[in-house]
Amino acid sequence: MQSLKAQILEILSEDCRTPLERIAVMTGAEMEKVAQAIDELERDRVILQYSPVINWDRTDRERVEAMIEVRVTPQRDMGFDAIAGRIYRFQEVKSVFLMSGSYDLLVLVEARTLKELALFVSEKLSPLESVTGTSTSFVLKRYKQDGVIFVGESTDKRLAVSP
Amino acid sequence: MSERFVSPRVAQVPPSGIRRFFDIAGTMKDAISLGVGEPDFVTPYHIRSAAIDSLLDGETQYTPNRGLLSLRKEISEYLRLRFGVSYDPEKEILVTVGASEAIDLALRVSLRPGDEVILPDPGYVSYAPCVTLAGGTPVPVPTRAEDEFRITAAEIDAAATPRTRALILPYPNNPTGAVMTRDELVKIAKVARDRDLLVISDEIYAELTYDGEKIAFSSLPGMMERTVLINGFSKAFAMTGWRLGYACGPEAILSQMNKIHQYAIMCAPRQAQVAGVQALKKNRENGYEDVETMRRSYDRRRRVMLDAFRKMGLSCFEPRGAFYCFPSIRETGLTSEEFCTRLLKEHKVVCVPGDAFGASGQGHIRCCYATDMHKMLEAFSRMEQFIRTL
Repeated sequence: MQSLKAQILEILSEDCRTPLERIAVMTGAEMEKVAQAIDELERDRVILQYSPVINWDRTDRERVEAMIEVRVTPQRDMGFDAIAGRIYRFQEVKSVFLMSGSYDLLVLVEARTLKELALFVSEKLSPLESVTGTSTSFVLKRYKQDGVIFVGESTDKRLAVSP
Repeated sequence: MSERFVSPRVAQVPPSGIRRFFDIAGTMKDAISLGVGEPDFVTPYHIRSAAIDSLLDGETQYTPNRGLLSLRKEISEYLRLRFGVSYDPEKEILVTVGASEAIDLALRVSLRPGDEVILPDPGYVSYAPCVTLAGGTPVPVPTRAEDEFRITAAEIDAAATPRTRALILPYPNNPTGAVMTRDELVKIAKVARDRDLLVISDEIYAELTYDGEKIAFSSLPGMMERTVLINGFSKAFAMTGWRLGYACGPEAILSQMNKIHQYAIMCAPRQAQVAGVQALKKNRENGYEDVETMRRSYDRRRRVMLDAFRKMGLSCFEPRGAFYCFPSIRETGLTSEEFCTRLLKEHKVVCVPGDAFGASGQGHIRCCYATDMHKMLEAFSRMEQFIRTL
């Protein structure tokens, strides 16, 4: 049996707009208990934000994205945390991960134009003291993100009535 | 003109009530359907992928009649781990084309002309016709919402005659969502022993039990020798279109079922069997993650649907298994058929009239909650509107 919090997380990860009342029905728990559990999940920073998965390609917003592999020199006592902090504070940076393998940090960057993004790398990222090298790859097409498939239409292939 | 070539025994079997309703529903575009009888999940990708690999590897031949031994071994292990029953993969398991074939085989093997078969009413649409086609006589036993749609040992005993040969025990139940308790099953086991009945236990929805114990009837003391356990991949693994089921039981019965199967069918499709191996093996290794994830999702939607019907003022027994609610619509003054037809024509929501599953289903409708949450909520608001106009 899953804990109430695990059930709530599963429900919200599928649809973060599920109203409190329906979560209570779905889990069979009282609404106050659900509200309290969500408060705790937010307070403990388990739930950080409620944001939709957006297919920006279907909007008129201009946008380019790149994944940048960054090699850095770790700092004494701070390891990679200090340099990661320098990088993730830039507004253009959407995600930063410390990676195993041939580079250290994977940085997801978003900008309005190709030029803006290139300038971010050459003027903000590369000059940082501990950064020893970068390799930038632009995102061409998004197939799937956060478990959501972006391409094609999903249709119900079932018969309308079956035994 | 050509009717003279049709056997009276087949001609007398009425067409499925579901089929009749399907023809009406088929003409309605944009209707929201709560009338389906299958999962809304697509078969998990790793399972589909295993079947694709097998095709690419050129595995396009017949398999043994009883099914791939690797599959029978996985089935045996699955039943042991999940239900605590033990079947010999060599002799006591037969892989069939869906659980439906297994039901048909069990009846054809066991019935003599005129033998009676007890079955709960309402129940799955194919039991009574399959009994008739096998030369037997179906004896429906009404079940009621007040009794949570459980068939009782006393009712079975009362319905039994010296001609009674078998009992079909389909729990969790389609269309009601009823599940049995261990206590009642123990009592039924006693009646089965006293009356010397074969029990055909259709456990296709067993994994979709939300409340209460998941019990294989053959696990009860002494029941192994008189039970044909029927199960399959359609519901637990979202594999309806693959048509993969199985029967487990005593060798004396299974070998005769296999005889019909080998003459009529030969074997279940190889790719479906390969997919079945993948489904059971991977889930055995990962703690039945596919099954549990889907079960949790159905359970949440079950609660939402039940809550919605109760708020609409329809009395609804709490279903504890399968993926259907079976609310009463008696208070509306309409028959099941009238309710469903008007709901479809006036508000474009498809439900199945309860009497399609037997006379005792009159006054109820079957609604499937294996349906996208947003569509389901829209369907509820249309139903509510409809009920207000009555």
